[in-house]
Amino acid sequence: MTALGPHAFFIIGSYLATFAVIAALTIWIIADNRARKRELARLDHRQHGADRP
Amino acid sequence: MTFINQLANPTRFMALSSGLLPWIAGLSGILFIVGFYGAFFSAPADYQQGETIRIMYIHVPAAWLAMFFYSLMTISAIGALVWRHPLAEVAQKAAAPIGASFALICLLTGALWGRPMWGTYWVWDARLTSMLVLLLIYLAIMALWRTIDEPTQAGRAVSILTLVGFINIPIIKFSVDWWNTLHQPASVFRMNGPTIHPSMLWPLLVCAVAFSLFAVALHLVAMRTEIMRRRIRTLTILAADRAEQPGATPGMMARGPAE
Amino acid sequence: MSAFFALVKRDLALALRIGGGASFALVFFLMIVTLTPFAIGPDLNLLARIAPAILWIGAVLATLIGLDRLFQADAEDGTLDLIKASPLPLEGVVLAKCLAHWLTTGLPLALAAPLFGLLLAMEPAGMAAASASLLVGTPALTFIGAVGAALTAGIRRGGVLIAIMALPLMIPVLIFGVATCNAATGGTVPFATPFAILCALTLIFAVIGVIGAAAGLRQSD
Repeated sequence: MTALGPHAFFIIGSYLATFAVIAALTIWIIADNRARKRELARLDHRQHGADRP
Repeated sequence: MTFINQLANPTRFMALSSGLLPWIAGLSGILFIVGFYGAFFSAPADYQQGETIRIMYIHVPAAWLAMFFYSLMTISAIGALVWRHPLAEVAQKAAAPIGASFALICLLTGALWGRPMWGTYWVWDARLTSMLVLLLIYLAIMALWRTIDEPTQAGRAVSILTLVGFINIPIIKFSVDWWNTLHQPASVFRMNGPTIHPSMLWPLLVCAVAFSLFAVALHLVAMRTEIMRRRIRTLTILAADRAEQPGATPGMMARGPAE
Repeated sequence: MSAFFALVKRDLALALRIGGGASFALVFFLMIVTLTPFAIGPDLNLLARIAPAILWIGAVLATLIGLDRLFQADAEDGTLDLIKASPLPLEGVVLAKCLAHWLTTGLPLALAAPLFGLLLAMEPAGMAAASASLLVGTPALTFIGAVGAALTAGIRRGGVLIAIMALPLMIPVLIFGVATCNAATGGTVPFATPFAILCALTLIFAVIGVIGAAAGLRQSD
């Protein structure tokens, strides 16, 4: 990384920006996935509870 | 066709995608390591652009993926409108934020590349401007998704907007190119010349495949989320219906009514 | 055919009686032309240079005014269901409503453009070109907007959404509209080139807009 020359800021900056955008997207997608999974499990559980009084 | 039919069944899709996901994500991780190794250590600096050419290895795949996901949305839109296929709607909805993110990455890296090359962060260059308009169209599509609550109705409305946007993209591209040559003749900097040396080409291709696989993995996860969201919606509505009519037999609709 | 003209006549009557019709768009247009010099200063040379841009931005924004009610008002009070049941195909309905919208928005703007051009120190050739380009180009804006209006017909807060959806698609019309004006007062391109492309854009968007808006109205039920 020492050999990036005078424009190292822009090169590293663009890689960091890319990482930030992709990380935000990934975290959002996975968090949404987890939340829906939990919600579905809760709904299923409640329905089975209703089946057996 | 039977394979596509099987794949198009949401239950089959859930089973298949959960098996595929770790492989796609893992392969993408390995290719990222190989590609970035090539980009930073194996590929030489460009004789004209120096070390900043290393930005190309993310800029170009991002531009490619931004366009790829719009094409995917267009195909899904046709599937949703013509065959009324629920999985096509799901694929379309999951693709929008991913495509928008890659358009954003393309613009950000383009700006950071432009500063050392052009001396300014933003130039109204034809390609950057077209990508900006593509990002705007992505944002409009996401706005329409958020506004209509009922998923099937939203899916059809967005499909029409996606198709209208798809027809418009070449018109916009043509207009922006025309406008660009009118306002800044010949000073436009060509981002990739006619030839690219193989020592730069292979890391670029590996990076492109790595980014694509990662994007596909994200898309699969987002599609699974969307299928679950729809199932939750159906279950909630059924539960509300049942609460209104206590005489109905609960056992009939207790399992898997989402399909 | 009689159903088509009946619909145009009805929409015109409604626009002229209730919405203030042509006057609203014109007043809005005048406001934009008036505000710009306050933003950039009263330098007449500069104003003359960017006058086509001001007029066209004004036209694009003024077109958006009536669009959110283009189908929404009829969808809310049930008129749209009656119109759908009429012998006129939905594409004809869209065309009739677009025509009425353009007659009360685009046409007055095009006719008033020379007058407003005086405020911006335009040359006579520039004014004529601005008028001609608006006359030919504003139908395209209406047709693009009609797609957005049809998709949001059933949504209450559709206004901003229409702007978000339609504005990116209006960029080509804006580019060639302003280019037509600039070509008339000098520049490297002959007037006919951007003007012909502008005409072509209007024809293309007439097809896309009418089909798209009709499809949008169909999916809402």
